[in-house]
Amino acid sequence: MLTDRILTLITFVPIGGALVVALLPRRGRVIQIFTLLVTLLTFGLSLHLPVHFDYAQHGFQFVENEAWVANPAIRYHLGVDGLSLWLVLLTTFLAPIGVLVSWRAIETRTKEFYFLFLLQQTAMIGVFVALDMILYYGFWELSLVPMAILIAMFGPGKGRQAAIKFFLYTFLPSALLLVAILWLYAKTGTFEFSQLQSLLASGSLGVSSTALAWASLAFLVAFAVKVPVFPLHGWLADVIQEAPTAMAMVVAGKLGLYSIFRFNLGLFPAQSRAIAPLMIALAVIGILYGALLALAQSDMKRLVAYSILGNLSFCILGIFCFALTGLNGAVFQTLNEGVTGGALLVLVSFLYERYGTYDMSLYGGLAGKLPMLATLYVITGLALVGLPLLNGFVGEFLVLSGSFPVHPAWVGVATLGVILSASYMLWMVQRIFYGQPSPLVTNRVSMDLNAREHLTLWPMAVLMLAMGVLSPYWIKAIDGAMSGLANPASLSATHAVPTPTLRAALPAAPVTEKP
Amino acid sequence: MNALRILPEIVLTVAGILVMLADATMAKAASRKPLGWLAVLGALAALGASLWQYSLPPGTAYFDVVRTDAFSVFFHVLIAGIVLAALLITLDSVSDTTEGLGELFALMLFGSVGMMFMTCATELLLIFIALEISSISTYIMAGFRRKSAKSPESALKYFLLGSFATAFFLYGIALIFGATGSTSIDFLAAHAAASHTPWLLYVGLAMIVIGLGFKVSAAPFHVWTPDVYEGAPSPVVALMSTGPKAAAFAVLLRIVYGALPFLHAHWVPILWWLAVLSMTIGNLGALRQRNVKRMLAYSSIAHAGYLLVAFTAFSADGIAAASFYAVSYAAMNVGIFAVISHAGGYDDRLTLLDDYRGLAYRSPLLGGAMALFLVSLIGIPFTGGFFGKFYVFAAALHSGLVWLTIIGLVNSGIAAFYYLRVVTAVYARPAETAPVMSIPRPSLPLLIALFLTAATTLVLGIVPQNVLSAAQAAARTYSSVSQPLPTPAPGSAMNTASR
Repeated sequence: MLTDRILTLITFVPIGGALVVALLPRRGRVIQIFTLLVTLLTFGLSLHLPVHFDYAQHGFQFVENEAWVANPAIRYHLGVDGLSLWLVLLTTFLAPIGVLVSWRAIETRTKEFYFLFLLQQTAMIGVFVALDMILYYGFWELSLVPMAILIAMFGPGKGRQAAIKFFLYTFLPSALLLVAILWLYAKTGTFEFSQLQSLLASGSLGVSSTALAWASLAFLVAFAVKVPVFPLHGWLADVIQEAPTAMAMVVAGKLGLYSIFRFNLGLFPAQSRAIAPLMIALAVIGILYGALLALAQSDMKRLVAYSILGNLSFCILGIFCFALTGLNGAVFQTLNEGVTGGALLVLVSFLYERYGTYDMSLYGGLAGKLPMLATLYVITGLALVGLPLLNGFVGEFLVLSGSFPVHPAWVGVATLGVILSASYMLWMVQRIFYGQPSPLVTNRVSMDLNAREHLTLWPMAVLMLAMGVLSPYWIKAIDGAMSGLANPASLSATHAVPTPTLRAALPAAPVTEKP
Repeated sequence: MNALRILPEIVLTVAGILVMLADATMAKAASRKPLGWLAVLGALAALGASLWQYSLPPGTAYFDVVRTDAFSVFFHVLIAGIVLAALLITLDSVSDTTEGLGELFALMLFGSVGMMFMTCATELLLIFIALEISSISTYIMAGFRRKSAKSPESALKYFLLGSFATAFFLYGIALIFGATGSTSIDFLAAHAAASHTPWLLYVGLAMIVIGLGFKVSAAPFHVWTPDVYEGAPSPVVALMSTGPKAAAFAVLLRIVYGALPFLHAHWVPILWWLAVLSMTIGNLGALRQRNVKRMLAYSSIAHAGYLLVAFTAFSADGIAAASFYAVSYAAMNVGIFAVISHAGGYDDRLTLLDDYRGLAYRSPLLGGAMALFLVSLIGIPFTGGFFGKFYVFAAALHSGLVWLTIIGLVNSGIAAFYYLRVVTAVYARPAETAPVMSIPRPSLPLLIALFLTAATTLVLGIVPQNVLSAAQAAARTYSSVSQPLPTPAPGSAMNTASR
């Protein structure tokens, strides 16, 4: 049956498409159309997952498990749970959008672009579904290569430098991650995630806690760089500035955050708790630092980059407070960041295609000329600042309400970030769309969104609204995975605070209703 | 029966003699390229003969100076494959009028006879003779571009330092003979521990390590490498950066694991330092290079270091990892020199990093192949380079060498920088000011060579099991580390890492 191998299909259809792209003629829009079909097919296949997912069960589903290399024992082991389910969906959802946004932006060297684009899809999906550490590591490292080459190829300014910076920032810590994985193998004799998890949890390995702490740190640093977490964010702004929009949309956030959830929380719960105070401090600094830097930017793309840094720091805050609500919020916020941050990058790139600059000071009064674009820009901006009924609100609310009882002081400071992010976002909208039309805007005739651009943006806008209104649909799967991860019983025992139950904390409920 | 045990060597020798005779009888103006195809046939036959040797029962021949077993056959197949690819690359890069082509083809075949004997000899004197056959052929080939200034310089430098190193090797053999009264590896394995003058053994071993360290270009015996690689013709570099090295590593395995395993308390620390120095000096040196051939020379020093990491593990896993690494390194390195040799031509027109800017647009095939081999050299998963490093460092960690593993993998991170610089150059927009170099259409032999190397690189990265099993079988021929290969039962907590 085809559906027995659904995860293999979803993972490898893109790379199969890439091989076909390599053989297609460079004529007309053949390559674009073909890639769009491949990504739509992948998305269609991935819709199988939420439909047939058993929400009552918390373990891995759609599992495929067979031997790959006999000795050392590496297995081809795939599976999804409530955490990876939505991340796979997010990836396959953003892929056709990535093709559409590149439609006009990438006019030359399309074969190279779409080949690497599809390769990147396979690598990202593989990261989310692999349950063998070496298979996972394979996809994780593979995801760096197409990204780096694409940044080098298409970066308008210092593309090569940005590509190398990105690669080294992420590759060096990954080398230490490999040391840690191999060390775990030497101690346990397995690369399988579930076996490692139970062996580590049993505490019967006879390894010193110091060694385990170092191993967990190697994991954490490798992932934190990829998120990125302050102060490891040095690559982010340059990469977002230089990368093609379709790549900038996926470079930050989900891969690193997913890995922290899966491996740091899954394999090293005690060590993660031990380092939590530091991570919370870094998250709060990241929230404020990102927001303040975003306020200071006049370049739209850099502003978006720093706003992404701030929003991702919210996820880190939610994770390391170890409250179920906060964890759910962090996952939800990871998804939000993919959709909303991606939409914002798409909008910015549409402006760039019309006016050829990212400099906000040259814009002004666009709302009258491009009403549709302005509308969608405002919707996206409002989703990002956390307006109720849109997705950003759910994520931020869950994170803040979940973590407030645990660390009231830090969370109180972090709330300032919400205010700051509203300020820079609204200020950006005001500078670009309102006020007197600038010379740039009056001198150049530009059309409002065309059909392709509508097609690019509306799915994301609809999703923002859907995730804001119908959030329980997403949360029910996430909640299962998170309660499995961070055992609520031990949570309340450690922190001696009542964990607000999920249903009570859903956005429809006012804050005061918390138990 | 004796002759069957050295069948690949006989095949190559006969092919080499045929090439030389035909070369002498051909008209002076006639193209020598058909001779290349004859040599390719010889290499193919040798490859077949080597694979056939797997069906022989393990055993010795010619008064026990040669042993065919899973280990020797493994390296025979590897060397036959390397010389096959190197011949194809040579055929692609030379023209009909290139001087002395017949001799070049013959020398490649004769040189590989020497390399093959190195991997199956169990008598130190035969190893020495084989080493000389391989080295002298390589010295001559390095100087084959007689009209260029750099090529003869490269050959002379290689020859002077190489003979010096061989002298060390020979002196080491003499001292070991003095200590034990024998030069047979089997005798040493059985009786050397009872030697009355162990210090002679120590000095002898040290001399041998120096001699072989030179041949594999391990730091601090590496200084010749960049100059020689820069000056020698690229197809020759493809051969000499992989074939003689693989053979020398096989000899080192035979001597330290086969003959003198009981001295491991002495040689493990020595090799530990050689590994660390080679990795670090190789990678730091490569960072500064603008010339791609010199960069790859430093990278080959670093890769020798990774391979030595496997030696220090002192386990069957380590031998298997070293053997596997030799294959994966050969595939990617021969492959990248195939690209360089084609793009730069026999006379090395393109060697600077900037020359490779935009290669992918002038020739998508060459650019893509170059990117693949570089990505494998970085050690990205799903390429042979990843599993090579993976097995090496897994073996090291299994033997408790945590620091060596960390140093090694941090080094591989540094290495990523200079490889990636080439990848990004290949895919960057061609500089507008640079003169557009025309790149000839890839010829059939080049396509075959690229296919062979690229396919091997990918197969080793995606389905490594067969080659790995062969490497593990090779490792099992060493009784000195006969502890069973760890086949941990899934889920069982093993605490074997403490040695």
